[in-house]
Amino acid sequence: MGFDADVFAITSLSLQVSLIATAISLILGLPFGTWLALGNFRGRSFLLSVVNTGMALPPVVVGLVVAMTLWRSGPLGDLRLIYTPWAIVIAQTVISAPVVMGLTAAALEALDPRLKQQLLGLGASRLQMIWHLWREARLPLLAALMAGFGSVISEVGASMMVGGNIKGQTRVLTTAIVLETSKGEFERALALSALLLVITYLINLALTWIQQKGAKR
Amino acid sequence: MNNSKRNTLLTLMLVLAMWLAACGAPTPAPTAAPATEAPTEAATEAATEAPTEAAAPANPNIILATTTSTQDSGLLDALVPMFQEQTGYVVQTIAVGTGEALKMGEEGNADVLLVHAPSSEKTFMEGGHGKDRLLVMHNDFVIVGPAADPAGIKGMATAREAFTAIFNAGAVFVTRGDDSGTHKKELALWKSAELDPAGQTWYTETGQGMGASLTVASEKTAYILTDRATYLANKGNLQLEILVEGEPGLLNVYHVMTVNPEKSDKINYEGALAFANFLVDAATQEVIGQFGVDKFGAPLFVPDAGKDPAELGLDS
Repeated sequence: MGFDADVFAITSLSLQVSLIATAISLILGLPFGTWLALGNFRGRSFLLSVVNTGMALPPVVVGLVVAMTLWRSGPLGDLRLIYTPWAIVIAQTVISAPVVMGLTAAALEALDPRLKQQLLGLGASRLQMIWHLWREARLPLLAALMAGFGSVISEVGASMMVGGNIKGQTRVLTTAIVLETSKGEFERALALSALLLVITYLINLALTWIQQKGAKR
Repeated sequence: MNNSKRNTLLTLMLVLAMWLAACGAPTPAPTAAPATEAPTEAATEAATEAPTEAAAPANPNIILATTTSTQDSGLLDALVPMFQEQTGYVVQTIAVGTGEALKMGEEGNADVLLVHAPSSEKTFMEGGHGKDRLLVMHNDFVIVGPAADPAGIKGMATAREAFTAIFNAGAVFVTRGDDSGTHKKELALWKSAELDPAGQTWYTETGQGMGASLTVASEKTAYILTDRATYLANKGNLQLEILVEGEPGLLNVYHVMTVNPEKSDKINYEGALAFANFLVDAATQEVIGQFGVDKFGAPLFVPDAGKDPAELGLDS
């Protein structure tokens, strides 16, 4: 298999969609996870248990629900998002946001509770305190980000349902692998799988490098 | 966190942001949004006459729901780009089982269907879900199985005899079980043999597409009913041989149906009709008749546009 234009388009779309979904998950998950970890309110453990369940959401269930919502016959059908890359971004965000949220909360809860008191005692504002806690927990927070990205770049059920695996429009690496397998093109399917693994590895390598660089200061 | 560390992170995020910007966020399939009203005439023209030139249609998006067999055989990869070039429409092809494709049509989630389950199609049309229905082509089903042929069906004249022999031998048989056109066909054949394999230990249900089910059958040295196109496309990876073929009852007939536009104002009927007309157009039919010759030495589909359905053993 040559590295042709089709493969490049599929790979590029996979990366763009999953990185955007991960970025949105970070924007949603970091503040909400922090609030869950530091907050002191009724229903906190219930919310935590909901988020932790969300971490195990089966992609195919997310795909089904998002597809039914975005179909023309669904409540958001007028947006005409079904079978577009944005539909995949939405579904993948639903999958990865709870992962980032849950692991953020876990990372911050693992910090020594006295640290929070100390920071406030030293006259830090609430925002400054949170900033310091994030810095303190940066290793597990980066791990949360990696887990979020890993959960979507490798996901196939939701991308297939809401994207439709349309050639040149919504075909991503995982759905292309499923298609090539069902066509009996096992060599091509394997080559795409190798490509997916290499890309996932490179991204995680970059994040691990940042993480470890921070650890050894 | 020291400064150099923070700078590294910032730089990385910046590079990432720039790369994303350069790629320009994922390009959504061109939506109809910008020019819904302007050139409506162009669209109707393009739809009614056999579309010859690329007059930009008012609503260029069409959702085609079809069966996995048309996609797995590669036929659509040949036809859809031709159609898009000729008409300017953008086809979103969703390959699913016939059952799901018909359901998508019923709920107005697709504009045009290319499927092969004539009796379900008739119900679909009678229910007022479809507007036009045109005969496009056929290929045929074959019964394949291991060379050892434990049930001894090789060379039998009809599927009915072969199924009876498999049933009596209790030989492993793989069924799609996914409500696809092929699955429906298989159930009809069991029915015609007056047998009910459901619940038999040798009756293995995969719930997957044709290609995947063939692989399962090959691994389990089982019998399976398959369309010839998918079998030929996968033949190199399979240890399965054609054992029964050539009976009129094994024809796999494809029709194209446009979804009734009265179901929802989101249905792109002009586009659907243009695609249906394209499929039965003489030039397209020629391409269909030649498809697969270069790769398999024999055509995978027989073009049928304009033929009398009775010739293919259909009653309407």
